[in-house]
Amino acid sequence: MNIQFSQESMSEINKVIGHFPPIRKKSALLPVLHIVQKESGWLSPEVMDKVAEILEIKPIEVYEVATFYSMYHTKPVGKHVIEVCQTGPCMICGADKTIAYIETKLGIKVGETTADGLFTLKTVECLGACGYAPMFQIGEQYYENLTEEKIDDIIRQLSSNANNI
Amino acid sequence: MGRKLLLENIEKPDINTIDGYLKYGGYRSLDKVLKGMSPDEVTEEVKTSGLRGRGGAGFSTGLKWTFIDKSTDKPRYLLCNADESEPGTFKDRLLMEKNPHLLIEGMILSSYALGCNTAYIYIRGEYMFILHILERAIQEAYAKGFLGQNINGSGFNLDLYVHPGAGAYICGEETALIESLEGKRGNPRIKPPFPAVSGLWDCPTIVNNVESIAAVVPIIMMGGAEYAKIGIGRSTGTKLISASGNINNPGVYEIEMGVPVEEFIYSDEYCGGIKGGLDIKACVPGGSSVPILPKSLLFKESNGSPRLMTYESLSEGGFQTGSMLGSGGFIVYDKQQCIVRNTWNFARFYHHESCGQCSPCREGTGWMERVLHNIEYGHGKEEDIDLLWDIQRRIEGNTICPLGDAAAWPVAAAIRHFRHEFEYHVKYPHRVKDADHVYQPEMKYQTV
Repeated sequence: MNIQFSQESMSEINKVIGHFPPIRKKSALLPVLHIVQKESGWLSPEVMDKVAEILEIKPIEVYEVATFYSMYHTKPVGKHVIEVCQTGPCMICGADKTIAYIETKLGIKVGETTADGLFTLKTVECLGACGYAPMFQIGEQYYENLTEEKIDDIIRQLSSNANNI
Repeated sequence: MGRKLLLENIEKPDINTIDGYLKYGGYRSLDKVLKGMSPDEVTEEVKTSGLRGRGGAGFSTGLKWTFIDKSTDKPRYLLCNADESEPGTFKDRLLMEKNPHLLIEGMILSSYALGCNTAYIYIRGEYMFILHILERAIQEAYAKGFLGQNINGSGFNLDLYVHPGAGAYICGEETALIESLEGKRGNPRIKPPFPAVSGLWDCPTIVNNVESIAAVVPIIMMGGAEYAKIGIGRSTGTKLISASGNINNPGVYEIEMGVPVEEFIYSDEYCGGIKGGLDIKACVPGGSSVPILPKSLLFKESNGSPRLMTYESLSEGGFQTGSMLGSGGFIVYDKQQCIVRNTWNFARFYHHESCGQCSPCREGTGWMERVLHNIEYGHGKEEDIDLLWDIQRRIEGNTICPLGDAAAWPVAAAIRHFRHEFEYHVKYPHRVKDADHVYQPEMKYQTV
């Protein structure tokens, strides 16, 4: 399969490549994977092969990086990935309850995706929001000092946005 | 009220724009440097200031700068470590989010001192929303001529870029950060050679924490000697403390080094006491890696004098009775918190974040996590406590990078100071599932 990234993604990719000396194109790998994951939703082997071609490196150099860093999805995920911080300070401020509440609300367990493909629930390690716990991240957005009401609102809003498209 | 050097204007709504930053006195340190200071004079001021690495290691920033290899004609690089991932630490985020130009000005000053013409801010991927803030601020700085070619007519050139990581605690270790910036897995390198000699693309490289680089701005403005007057002894200047856990006022506080720990926890100016008026059980004063201190050791040094928020006072007594200032990730535990559960939680974190290069860390962190999980969930045996001690002892000091130590220390300190809680879990497995022990969902154990 011959993947083509959008013009917008390609111009972002070229901008990032420009941050480095021409013989150091590989340095752009992490940001480039973010860009293509945003467009494709996840990093399929075909997407990673295309990245290797663009950066003039071997596919294995992309695979080993994609599987090392926790932000890259090497399997399909829902439209919104809810990443709940479960590390120390969040735990003592109620992360376990937050996770249990979302599991019940969405009817899925950690690691699963809702049947409509809208939400994936994940637990992650410290996101640097310890003073504003409990918290989760969806996309680029941090949601902090969570309460059950806040979680209801966020999920309602994201669900209704999806219906409008 | 202590002096505020980094957070002075943090609440001003327009401080995140270049016009706002200029209005509150921004880029004056740059002006001062470009008009009349040599790179070596800048380095000398930073050395005089006594500034120590704010990422956690506490090594003299100015001294680190003097290690940069000037004997080669290879380009030199300055990398800002904005990978802030140490559990309990969220201070750099505040600086970058609210006052991005402070970091940018610090990067220009530091690059000038080191003779770097290209610099990168390596920011953790989860902070992508802050990356956008920094990029916008960098564009503003280019437009004003503070970045790019011939900055303010000085002949000094600097290009500054922001680079995202992608979720890996290990990339806060400086050689792993360099590997990651080269587009590889974040596997730490064996030192020597140190980055100052052979770092990014084998070129001389300095890696400094966000807060350290930001601190260069007030240091240049007030002079290193003035800065060194703040604080106590070898702990000079101000420090950002990220306060979290069971306290009334969690958040980021800038303190003059030397505030008593007791005051920091109970004063309304800072943490405002323990939530719900409960008693305090313990505190991790410098991020998850540093030893946890029980209440009995937290407020006083061994000679009875008050324990202070300084590098020296927090580590007084070594690991037997002390801890470390570390990154300033200050986590407070009330009397209801379960130390075993917290230790298991941290062990899971380190297991998840181990890069896998060194077997003591790769295997040991997972082993500790499983043993701790067993104890926490009522399946532990008496001998497991000694086993845990043995595992952590064999990890510490036997790995390429300090992640192994960071994983071992919290386990060692928890057993050292709270052995009775471990024994309680082993003796009364049915009781540790009580609701007032700590909230515990029934969960099937899965290793990560």
